Amino acid sequence: MNSSTKADKVVRVAGGQGFWGDWLDAPRRQVEGGPVDYLMLDYLAEVTMSILQKQKERDPAMGYARDFIGAMESVLPAVVNRGVKVIANAGGVNPVACAHAVLAVARAAGAAGKVKVGVVTGDDLLPRLDELLAAGHALTHMETGAPLSTVRDRVLSANAYIGSTPIVEALARGANVVVTGRSTDTALTMAPLRHEFGWGATDWDKLAAGIIAGHIIECGAQCSGGNCLYDWRNIPDLANIGYPIVEARSDGTFTIVKHPGTGGRINVPSVAEQCVYEMGDPRSYITPDVVADFTTIHLDADGPDRVRVHGIKGREATDKLKVSIAYRAGFKAVGTLVYAWPEAIDKARLADRVLRERLDRMGLKFDQLLTEFVGVSATHGPLTPVTGEAQEVQLRVGVRSPDRKVVERFTREIAPLVLNGPPSVTGFAGGRPKVEEIVAYWPALVDKVVVKTAAEVLS
Amino acid sequence: MKVQLVDIAHARSGDKGDTANVGVIALKPEWYGLIAEQLTRDRVRAHFAGVITGDVERFELPNLNALNFLLHGALDGGGTLSLKTDAQGKVFSTAMLRMILEVPDDRARTLGLPAARA
Repeated sequence: MNSSTKADKVVRVAGGQGFWGDWLDAPRRQVEGGPVDYLMLDYLAEVTMSILQKQKERDPAMGYARDFIGAMESVLPAVVNRGVKVIANAGGVNPVACAHAVLAVARAAGAAGKVKVGVVTGDDLLPRLDELLAAGHALTHMETGAPLSTVRDRVLSANAYIGSTPIVEALARGANVVVTGRSTDTALTMAPLRHEFGWGATDWDKLAAGIIAGHIIECGAQCSGGNCLYDWRNIPDLANIGYPIVEARSDGTFTIVKHPGTGGRINVPSVAEQCVYEMGDPRSYITPDVVADFTTIHLDADGPDRVRVHGIKGREATDKLKVSIAYRAGFKAVGTLVYAWPEAIDKARLADRVLRERLDRMGLKFDQLLTEFVGVSATHGPLTPVTGEAQEVQLRVGVRSPDRKVVERFTREIAPLVLNGPPSVTGFAGGRPKVEEIVAYWPALVDKVVVKTAAEVLS
Repeated sequence: MKVQLVDIAHARSGDKGDTANVGVIALKPEWYGLIAEQLTRDRVRAHFAGVITGDVERFELPNLNALNFLLHGALDGGGTLSLKTDAQGKVFSTAMLRMILEVPDDRARTLGLPAARA
């Protein structure tokens, strides 16, 4: 039994997934590599909700991140035998179905009764959208100021970013797996700390610390040596990279660590890089729970692969929630061809001119037609210095249009260039480019009071 | 003396809609002051001229020896609308680090700054 006092109690929250598509083996490695109390899995990016909504329209039992079910199978022994709790926003637009799928995993493993799944709902505003608009919530675009009515008929999904409170409720009712929809990424880490330490809903500094702990581990290995520019050549054993773990204390200080024997690296620079990732105004990192001040973060080296984080301040949350709305916004396609030495860039440039002239003669009009020369200037554009002759160049042409037919016609104009354009061309084995429907993102704010979250526990 | 930012700072970038953020972190704490002086809003705006269509915002995080820049209109519409290879602004970080700074020789010596390569 744990006989330590509350003051020295340490709660370990492991980050096991930074997005839907992250390393499948990471959740299992996190629960098997050493002691952890909670496993936090973040599956939702801005576009993910709309993809899940389309899946739910086809099959009402779908609409959640299926990868999570595989993850649950792999971590179930740790949940059942060692008391590790799992918190994930894998529920997408159908958290209840996701919870039932988790219970099915438990039954299949003979562990029915040992898994209690908390389900958080209330973030899904799609069924309430017209009611909200009629009540005067304009849901204007946060950047452009346009009213939602301009795209209302094309909306696919609408979800409020909700905070930690319903997750804390589910944990308090004994859930050992909590599944949410569009909870903020950071709430998944902060909720177990609130639950364990009894932090109040107005302990702003501690809540801010929980949010920043969440921000640091929500992108998985991106704070433990993955995608780390600092001294990147010398980061050891990336093949065996350790995902991050927060060792949190009740006073709001915490340490970022990883399991012994894993690769990657946790040091002040690796954590600092993650701190500034996707940052806006650092003094006001706005979440449903608290406004965190990133200019108060202090990072100290605390031994090998350990960084201590302290000094964090926060202030009262706002009375709004951010809403993530996805809507259909036309079609796009991207075609590529590769040109080889000699004079590769000149050949690619000529091919681009030829292609554009043909599109023009057909009278095809696009909202956008973008050409990039990969290997020359695709990533840094006009900032790229000219340094000698490119030995090979990928011509990459993308188009966007509200009209699927126009984009479709474009995709048939790439392959002919292989025989009727400039020479030394290859790299077209993938065939015709695919036409993709664009689902665009509409950020808005809504009054917090209109979003009613709920937590229930299924077993 | 000419100093290239890549030799005295590291960086990470990401996206929010059509805006890219670039966090620039001094490789040594003693270099932060110089970086904060040199990387003014105007200087960064000039560096990204022709690359972004909107304005630049600048924030200081002296606690992390870091600056944060918001580059508006950087992503060709942003997210799923963008046709760019770097639709999520992931490598605006190293585009920023291409910047060449002009530092008085004596100051560069005192701070132990490496001279720009070539």
